[in-house]
Amino acid sequence: MARYWWKILCALLLLYIFTGGILLPVPAIPKLNESARNLFYHVPMWYVMITCFLVSSIYGLKFLRHNRMKDDIVSREFVNVGIAFGCLGMLTGMEWANIAWGAPWSNDPKQVGAALCLLTYFAYLVLRNSVKDPNKEARLAAVYNVFSFALLVPLLFIIPAHFKSLHPGTDSKPFEALYTQAAAFRTLSIPAMVAWILLGVWIFDLRYRTRKLENPTLFI
Amino acid sequence: MNYFLTICLLLSGYFSKAQGGNPNKVEMADVLHQNGKIYLVVLVLVTIFAGIIFLLVRIERKLHKLEKNHS
Repeated sequence: MARYWWKILCALLLLYIFTGGILLPVPAIPKLNESARNLFYHVPMWYVMITCFLVSSIYGLKFLRHNRMKDDIVSREFVNVGIAFGCLGMLTGMEWANIAWGAPWSNDPKQVGAALCLLTYFAYLVLRNSVKDPNKEARLAAVYNVFSFALLVPLLFIIPAHFKSLHPGTDSKPFEALYTQAAAFRTLSIPAMVAWILLGVWIFDLRYRTRKLENPTLFI
Repeated sequence: MNYFLTICLLLSGYFSKAQGGNPNKVEMADVLHQNGKIYLVVLVLVTIFAGIIFLLVRIERKLHKLEKNHS
């Protein structure tokens, strides 16, 4: 039970987000209308992706420092989960853009930044699969991983903030919305962020333990 | 007579605009909430959510069993 408490918390928070996110009132904003509720579903996908990639690059550094394969596996599985959530964010974003902006793709700076970021991480997977020696693969991947996270920060936060964007709130500083948005949003958007990140970590946990079963010798 | 018609037309224009509602009011899914059909969507969402959690818990149990056998 003690080990599972955060998974139960994740499920309860998600239940709150799926019911409250639809039924609780949200501020009426022109053009956004009810689609503002996507703040609890589309936006957290990116939070999960960024968290996964951040943790992954930290474990990449850890691997480079201590040369433990365990850290490499953590790093790799967090990339896998991050990519999955990133793709979901991209898809839901395009569905939303199709209705709100008239086309699924309109070369919005944030769209392009997110696409480039995903491509960098696709290349990470290609790199991993192209090296035969497992130790070399892990080292190369860790170096590349740290580099790609360093690229993610300007792609998602710095560059889009300097261009006119169709995304609401892009002209403000990154994360500013977390404390400037209406309280009615915040009672849902912050639990949503926590809930979705926990779901990402849960899926990571399952993948990591599967790896451990496949190759127990690496974890000693 | 002509003046009367003009005034009528002007007034009708004014009233039809008034019936169109406050232009500053942002359109929200008010009707959807009133007739209650939004609950159907919530039901679908909760069902899908329950299914996903069910799947995750099943994988969790399976892994737990395997982990027990291995150690």
